[in-house]
Amino acid sequence: MADIDIPPSRKAASPFSSNTPLLAWSRRLLKSMLPPLVAVLVALFAGAVLLAVTGFNPLDIFTVMVSGVFQNVRSIAEMLLKATPLILIGVGLCVSFRCSIWNIGAEGQFYAGACAATFCGVNFAGLPPALHICLVLVAGTAAGALWAAIAGVLKVAFNASEIVTTIMLNYIAIFMTSYLVTGPLMEQGAAYPQSAKFAHAIWLPRIIPSTRLHIGILIAVALAVVAYVFLFRSSAGYAVRIVGINSHAARYAGISVSRSIVLAIAISGALAGLAGAVQIEGVTYRLYQDISPGYGFEAIAVALLANNNPIGAILSGILFATLDSGSELMQINAQVPQVLVFVIQGMVILSVVGFAALKFQSARPSE
Amino acid sequence: MAGQTLLRIENVHKRFGAVIASAGASIEVREGEIYALLGENGAGKSVLMSILCGVLTADEGRIVCRGVELQPGSPEEAVRRGIGMVHQHFMLVPNLTVAENYVLGQGSPLRVLSHMKAVSARIRELSDKYGLDVRPDALVRNLSVGEQQRVEILKVLYHGIDLLILDEPTAVLTPQETDRLLELLRDLVADGKTVIFISHKLDEVMRVSDRVSVMRDGKVVFTTDTSATNPRELARMMVGRDVLMELPREAARQGEIVLSVRDLACNNELGLPAVRGVSFDVRRNEIVGIAGVSGNGQSELALAMSGLAPATAGSIRLNGEELCGLSPAAINRRSFAHVPEDRHKMGIVLPLPLTENVILQRYNRPPFSARGLLRSRAVEDHTRDLVQRFKVKARDIDVPIQTLSGGNQQKLVVARELARHPDFLLINQLTRGIDIGAMEFVMQEVLKQREAGKAILLISTELEELFAICDRILVIYEGRIIGEMPPDRSRLDEIGLLMAGKEPSARSAGSEPVRVH
Repeated sequence: MADIDIPPSRKAASPFSSNTPLLAWSRRLLKSMLPPLVAVLVALFAGAVLLAVTGFNPLDIFTVMVSGVFQNVRSIAEMLLKATPLILIGVGLCVSFRCSIWNIGAEGQFYAGACAATFCGVNFAGLPPALHICLVLVAGTAAGALWAAIAGVLKVAFNASEIVTTIMLNYIAIFMTSYLVTGPLMEQGAAYPQSAKFAHAIWLPRIIPSTRLHIGILIAVALAVVAYVFLFRSSAGYAVRIVGINSHAARYAGISVSRSIVLAIAISGALAGLAGAVQIEGVTYRLYQDISPGYGFEAIAVALLANNNPIGAILSGILFATLDSGSELMQINAQVPQVLVFVIQGMVILSVVGFAALKFQSARPSE
Repeated sequence: MAGQTLLRIENVHKRFGAVIASAGASIEVREGEIYALLGENGAGKSVLMSILCGVLTADEGRIVCRGVELQPGSPEEAVRRGIGMVHQHFMLVPNLTVAENYVLGQGSPLRVLSHMKAVSARIRELSDKYGLDVRPDALVRNLSVGEQQRVEILKVLYHGIDLLILDEPTAVLTPQETDRLLELLRDLVADGKTVIFISHKLDEVMRVSDRVSVMRDGKVVFTTDTSATNPRELARMMVGRDVLMELPREAARQGEIVLSVRDLACNNELGLPAVRGVSFDVRRNEIVGIAGVSGNGQSELALAMSGLAPATAGSIRLNGEELCGLSPAAINRRSFAHVPEDRHKMGIVLPLPLTENVILQRYNRPPFSARGLLRSRAVEDHTRDLVQRFKVKARDIDVPIQTLSGGNQQKLVVARELARHPDFLLINQLTRGIDIGAMEFVMQEVLKQREAGKAILLISTELEELFAICDRILVIYEGRIIGEMPPDRSRLDEIGLLMAGKEPSARSAGSEPVRVH
């Protein structure tokens, strides 16, 4: 939800402000964070009205939600556990969206990564654990990148809309997962369609005692920083952004538009695939059908709310994870139907998009 | 044959942000005539006609048709008054038949579909009447461009229109199809219709129209009976501009050849030939101009030279090295710089700051990039340097370039290209859309480059700009160089005639204008 170092929306970023005084920097940070914050507040207000109309006391509900999520270390850890895949995928989508490539297939790339990770996790038992963990993560990352690159190649070779192809690739990946866990990867003698469980030695290390929170969240935050540097401080990231804003200018500049498109969507697929691998190694320890409750789709909203800024995606990932965790608490402790929370999440996205459109209007040149 | 006044457009103003598309244009169209509206691209012809059709709303001014003032901004009203437009880009659904296209939006599907037989019969009747050869059951996607245009014209007639507006109708047609179209327009007028014919092609206007108005910079600058004028006068009215300034410069010193183009040919976006065998040389210390009415292959020539569009034939040699077949990136790395025609579309990235715009071609090369990362200090220093040297007015170097005026944007583009120290500089439209001060400044800078030994090709539709700084001027017409002229203002008429595709005859070389008709 933040937009660190970046003026809002289409104004895009200036990485060349190293000598700007701290004051100006923080003022700009505040300015860039304001629109998404207002968008969230507007959505929460609309949600409050909705709750009131349906006979709940919005203040009570929100109190239950926030105090529940931030009640103790364990509840916060659970929330961050939910935020981990959202941040990982959201950060990747920032890269793709900055290139104006609308990758709707993160869900399928997550599944592709989970499948490859599972294959490597249940095999190669002889490897040293540290190496084995890395192998699993790399396999997931590579599978996600390849899965996304299919759509990228179709886009540059045949001008096939990536929106359509990534959605279709979602189905293939999800059904392929079903096949794998009922067939080749199915646990011997299991009653349910699921893979064998990973050996304890290759579980991702936990970082807070007596909670399930694992180092995945640290990986996600680190990669957000890496993605930020890539987008705004590297030559390749510059090319990706130019292609995303003005492909004519990109061609004029000698930038290979095709290469940038495939690179951008492959990066987003890589992070989604990594999220799949991390989820298996850190949370479920095995593959089964419906392993994702829709992280790949929710992460689209995460990236949008962050204005496609990877650093901002950390904050917006946490916000959406809070809403997710809170929705369960609302249902359990306040008997609010979970669908209401989905409606509130939808309103957050709507108001974010609405504010983006507003900013675009006001950012028009006035000569 | 011209009758009473059918339509008057009075003092219409229209602005799009900072762009003035129409600055008090007024025209009068008489019943039963072919009225031509002539002007260069961007002169405001299409905008004026869109206002007439109710597609756009004027900021000021009014339109009176048969004594009744038109309700502005209402296409329905325009159609009710019998005004209809045949657009440059056809408004047809390719997957429907001709007849189905005609009934689109004409009431409920149920009612319309039950009448399809009658619709088809009516189309056949009209088609036979004007010899249009339109089959109502043909799928639009199977029709050629010329056929689709006839379908569009018949569609307008089908809807009972008697004032037809045709926007650049011959742009997409072969010469034979053009002849047929012009004949059709005559037939329509004979049948009592009235036609407004928008074009920038002089010979067509001379051939078909009864009266003609010339538009320039959003104003109607000249109106006359076609029989009382000639192509030369019209050309002059189209391109004529106030004399700029006299820029002092040294006499040409002929250096060695830097860029050599031979028999270059390439296609436009539609795959039709746009440049048809162009040859010229540009030497050190020389500025060669290419003059022409826009749309005669200039854009495609520039794109082919910079590797952005493939050449279909010929060669381009820079310092003896062949450029044809190289990628834009490879050409960028040669001693070749390019100020593109359309700043906003190609030359700059509007929402990005100045800093990120000045490294456009060099984002991955030293000194702006090291080990894959951008070196912000080097980029900032370079930007500050360019901003100071070219007196670019900007609040800061990290503001989006879209906050700068057009003149300051262009200064930065020219500065960026010159800073790459090219041997050869390709400039397509140096001063388009910028203020006089910036205009003079960038022209001075280009002249300085000439003194410094660069070879420069300046493509321009502004003759004054060419006269001011070029050593010689080539005239391009329909993709061919059809003449070379010295930058001599007293021979404006000859250049104007060449730009219209007419070889000046031997006797017209004198100062007395000679009537062609």
